[in-house]
Amino acid sequence: MNDNPAEDKKNKQVKRNRSAPLLWGLLFGIIFGFLLQKGGVTKYDVIVGQLLLEDFTVVKVILTAIIVGMIGIHVMKSLGWIQLHPKSGSFGMNVFGGLIFGAGFAVLGYCPGTIAGAVGNGYLDALVGGVIGILLGAGLFASVYPRLRNKILKKCFWGDVTFPKLLRVNDWVIVIPFVILLSAILWFMEVKGL
Amino acid sequence: MNVFTEIRWSPYVVGAGIGVLSWLTFLVSRKPIGCSTAFVRTSGMIERLFIRERIGEKEYYMEFKPVVDWEWMLVFGVVIGSLVSSLTSGDFRWLWVPARWGTAFGTQPVVRIIVALVGGVLLGFGARWAGGCTSGHGISGTLQLTVGSWVSTVCFFIGGIITAFLMYTILGR
Repeated sequence: MNDNPAEDKKNKQVKRNRSAPLLWGLLFGIIFGFLLQKGGVTKYDVIVGQLLLEDFTVVKVILTAIIVGMIGIHVMKSLGWIQLHPKSGSFGMNVFGGLIFGAGFAVLGYCPGTIAGAVGNGYLDALVGGVIGILLGAGLFASVYPRLRNKILKKCFWGDVTFPKLLRVNDWVIVIPFVILLSAILWFMEVKGL
Repeated sequence: MNVFTEIRWSPYVVGAGIGVLSWLTFLVSRKPIGCSTAFVRTSGMIERLFIRERIGEKEYYMEFKPVVDWEWMLVFGVVIGSLVSSLTSGDFRWLWVPARWGTAFGTQPVVRIIVALVGGVLLGFGARWAGGCTSGHGISGTLQLTVGSWVSTVCFFIGGIITAFLMYTILGR
């Protein structure tokens, strides 16, 4: 028992402050999972249908998310409400890792986010095969990381640079053409009936 | 019919919803949506169960500590969100072998599970090598106009399309 009520209250406050971010994560995750399931992208057939260029649902979801997200994030950044959190990368990381990921994406038919949705949808190949495989693969990477770290992962290092920084222009000089280009791709797919 | 109990929504509505969700995660949690670090943290937690003292020596687990963090809760939330969506729309079902897989490679669950396991290993390994996945690079990174995330996302699809065509045209029936 804590006999100092003020201290006790403070401890509870600290505890609450620590768990609040996790609860927000859970809430955002629930919304994300709900949306992924409604989009049909928790399904193997839809994801592999995209990679076989027969069903363009995945690309439509991703491109729309990028367009809407990009505009809002850059408006909020301009207003000083948020900061960007770009990931650091290199040719060695993004190209080789990306291609290995792509192969796994096709073989498994889910990705790390949609597989969680697939599990919630009742898909047992995702739960029994896929999730265990991802955990093994991630653990394997952790084991070989020291051997890769200063070699291939540093090849052509470009860090967390963004296109506006790279080209030394205002964000909107890049955002507006990107939004137009990505919207044109979506429009083209609709016209073609994809 | 209630819109929330419909089985499918337009991909544009879903995409826009994810876009707005990304505004909220930046604004409220100061974090972009991402999923693959949750898996490496879980791998670390499992390894810690077996080799308690050696885990601290692994550099990668110093960068990605084996703890339940915001992103871990996000991924856990995805399971719940999808469960709620599929149960309320009647789209939930226990399924070992997806329909398209069954048509091309047969309906034997063991085969599908083994291949899913192999695919998972490649996916988990590749995601950590690239430093992100379809959500962390593919949506959050690209919308921030990060060069590395655009390169990764293009490579995800190049690798995925080539592999899917090889599997389905050479091995499939």
